[in-house]
Amino acid sequence: MRHLLSTKDLTKSDAILILDTAAQMAATQEREVRKLPTLRGKTVVNLFFEDSTRTRISFEAAAKRLSADVINFSAKGSSVSKGESLKDTALTLQAMGADAVVVRHWASGAAYQLAHGGWLHGSVLNAGDGTHQHPTQSLLDAFTIRKHLVTSPLGADLNGLTVAIVGDVLHSRVARSNVHLLHTLGAKVVLVAPATLVPVGIDPWPCDVVHTLDEAIESYDIDALMMLRVQRERMTGGGSAFFPSPAEYTRIYGLDGDRLRRLPDHAIVMHPGPMNRGLEISAEAADSPRSVIVEQVANGVAVRMAALYLLLAGEEAAQ
Amino acid sequence: MTGTIMGAADVSRALTRIAHEIVERNDGAADVVLMGIPSRGLPLAHRLAQRIAEIEPGFDAEAATGALDITMYRDDLFKNPTRTIGTTTVPAVGIDDAVVVLVDDVFHTGRTIRAALDAIRDLGRPRAVQLATLVDRGHRELPIRADFVGKNIPTARSERVDVRVEEIDGEDAVVLRKGE
Amino acid sequence: MSRPIVIKNASLYGDTTASLLIEDGVITAVGDVETPDDAVVVEADGLVALPGLVDLHTHLREPGREDAETIETGSRAAARGGWTAVHAMANTNPVADTAGVVEQVYSRGQEIGLCDVFPVGAVTVGLKGEHLSEMGAMASSKARVRLFSDDGVCVYDPVIMRRALEYVKTFDGAVVQHAQDLRLTEGAQMHEGEVSAELGLAGWPAVAEESIVARDALLAEHVGSRVHVQHLSTAGSVEIVRWAKDRAIQVTAEATPHHLLLTDESARTYDPLFKVNPPLRTQADVDALRQAVADGTIDIIATDHAPHASEDKDCEWASASFGMLGLETALGVIQKVLVDTGACTWRDVARLMSEAPARIGQVDDRHGRPLAEGEPANITLVDPNAAWTVEADQLASRARNTPYGGIELPGRAVATFLRGVPTHVDPTLEGAFA
Ligand SMILES: [Zn+2]
Repeated sequence: MRHLLSTKDLTKSDAILILDTAAQMAATQEREVRKLPTLRGKTVVNLFFEDSTRTRISFEAAAKRLSADVINFSAKGSSVSKGESLKDTALTLQAMGADAVVVRHWASGAAYQLAHGGWLHGSVLNAGDGTHQHPTQSLLDAFTIRKHLVTSPLGADLNGLTVAIVGDVLHSRVARSNVHLLHTLGAKVVLVAPATLVPVGIDPWPCDVVHTLDEAIESYDIDALMMLRVQRERMTGGGSAFFPSPAEYTRIYGLDGDRLRRLPDHAIVMHPGPMNRGLEISAEAADSPRSVIVEQVANGVAVRMAALYLLLAGEEAAQ
Repeated sequence: MTGTIMGAADVSRALTRIAHEIVERNDGAADVVLMGIPSRGLPLAHRLAQRIAEIEPGFDAEAATGALDITMYRDDLFKNPTRTIGTTTVPAVGIDDAVVVLVDDVFHTGRTIRAALDAIRDLGRPRAVQLATLVDRGHRELPIRADFVGKNIPTARSERVDVRVEEIDGEDAVVLRKGE
Repeated sequence: MSRPIVIKNASLYGDTTASLLIEDGVITAVGDVETPDDAVVVEADGLVALPGLVDLHTHLREPGREDAETIETGSRAAARGGWTAVHAMANTNPVADTAGVVEQVYSRGQEIGLCDVFPVGAVTVGLKGEHLSEMGAMASSKARVRLFSDDGVCVYDPVIMRRALEYVKTFDGAVVQHAQDLRLTEGAQMHEGEVSAELGLAGWPAVAEESIVARDALLAEHVGSRVHVQHLSTAGSVEIVRWAKDRAIQVTAEATPHHLLLTDESARTYDPLFKVNPPLRTQADVDALRQAVADGTIDIIATDHAPHASEDKDCEWASASFGMLGLETALGVIQKVLVDTGACTWRDVARLMSEAPARIGQVDDRHGRPLAEGEPANITLVDPNAAWTVEADQLASRARNTPYGGIELPGRAVATFLRGVPTHVDPTLEGAFA
């Protein structure tokens, strides 16, 4: 593996290798000494063009627990105000000797451009690009699902499981990553969203689409229910809003105690965070024993350790 | 000299002898735990534990055996194709204040054992660490020695020593091959 | 007095072999011509002679963005591509919305002399879509503007569009529309479909173009005026134009070489070289456009040559400017997608890239003329067997944003004559002019 840019690039065996490696990494995190010498001497750059403290911290913890040197690089700029160019930034990182670049960017495709622009030698790990992909998020989701719902997880796929993803699919890199990854791992994916938040051109996606959460709960045996974060501005954009009001969204798509009780007993509730309590998820659902939201965060570190290990170990042999 | 150096009977005899030596050296097996280095060190560790239990009836072979994957401690990670990380299992009785006997199939440069010592240090604080190996082929690159050796086999650097074990390969044997 | 030129044994329009004698900027004999003693002789066996190409849609960036292109570099690119006339779009800085600016652009083109530069005037002041610009003044200026366009933005307000259509009748002009519903394309980055869904790039629906094309056709019918639709990109637009022509609405339409060759699949590279307005569409749209060119629904090929400075393309897709170079590659692309596929003949190419655009631009008194005795010697010689690989660094344009880098095109213009003056001579023919 040279880069991790999109879950669409992953074969089933790639995905299982990452999850199995993450399981071994997670096991090391229960020890007294959690730091491993594995990536000693390697430099990992966290290149963040978009603020995301949680994702950055997760990658930073992952790299540090593998003894890599970590450089945090926050670049200014947005789609409105152009800042330092991607190319110039990449050349700077190359000069610093980055072995891996973890990139978060507001623009879809930025990670791909960084990996294929010919500016950098190191591996590129996509930590979320625009509304395109966020592969480590979906890997940690798959890891969490496997751990809870598969009897002997190591080496296993997600065959036979049904995962419903609820919310703003149109603007969600989490949804895009998960649809491909969960399908590759053999799970059935159901997207639940108003048609305004489903992309035109979704037909080839390997998933079903329904338009209310109640319909999803009635029609499918849901094993894992993933609530996406809703951007309030998508509903209050006046003439450009995708939905009439937050209250209507909550009524049709929100996970409350009542809907939670109608899920199968073993079903787990997930959220990539940060949550809008009272909007897409009620406090009762978020804090219920079936919620694995806090555990997702811990699994995120293990999955990112696995990704960094698999990208960086063996890199000289591969060249 | 190439070809089969040890047959199944030789391997069995060597393991029995090592088991006796471990008990003898440690005045019994009360504090002994075995940690096999995957992949072939692990079944060897289990077999040694069985034999020790036969000598010392109070020894719980199951609880005193673990696996020590050293992939994440290797110093040659970047020069070789990516290795899959194996499972590390701490023996149920724990390793703090225990005598940890590392078990590997072939003892060569010493780098694997160096990595294993680092890995052990992150798992706990044993009273002592000892090394048992089925084959010692020489060519040490570090000041490390084995405590228990099944057979010393002088080799050329270019030669390969393949240890085959029943649990993985379907037979017990040690084969010396010419290097490519 | 310049030396006479004999173009020997060219294939006129790809049909009949004949020689052309050029004297004092005029074709003075066609057929078995006598070669004057002092004549330059161009051996044109295997070359196709076409009337000099006329581009109805060119961005030359001067005044304002001379770092991307100038009238001089753009004229050189045009000559190399086989063009003898280009229509320069109004979205410069300052905008070409006054007689002063259009005269300056026109004069600069004449001064350089590599091709005729006909300015297109802005429909509205500053391209803001609010007030009609002084189209009459531009029409009666030295630049003799007949086409008006806010290209880059759509004349979106239906009342302004109606007034413009009515007003240009005064001087028999036409409104040239960049059909794009602004509300439906806010933030849009690429064609809205399966590829945009996967790539997470904001979608640009086909309907955003088609609704404006339909509206403008109906407005043109209502007020009895002429509308020219730029860069048709969707199968739906083709249907609407076909319908409008059936109703005898005065609508003409253009297609660009890139919309006839490339699809939205190119966006998978996230390389902004493929970012263009309107966006690259699907293969079904490409097929419909090719069919429409072949059956005459689409009247002309125009380049929408849009140079951009490297910093506007060497960046994230969403930050990049829309547009791609086209002048130097158009002929090769058209040969590849229309001639070599059998959809069109070279005779059709003469109509699509010279005669019809000259007529729409109302410069057909000087351009797009027959290759016949007494006509101005605006001639393009094409070598349909001179395959070449496009290299961005080798282009005459100041900008480098070609989407065809590394692609092989089957043929190219090997000589271009503007009123008898060679404005481009391929190295293979240079000997004749030594
Ligand atoms: Zn345009």
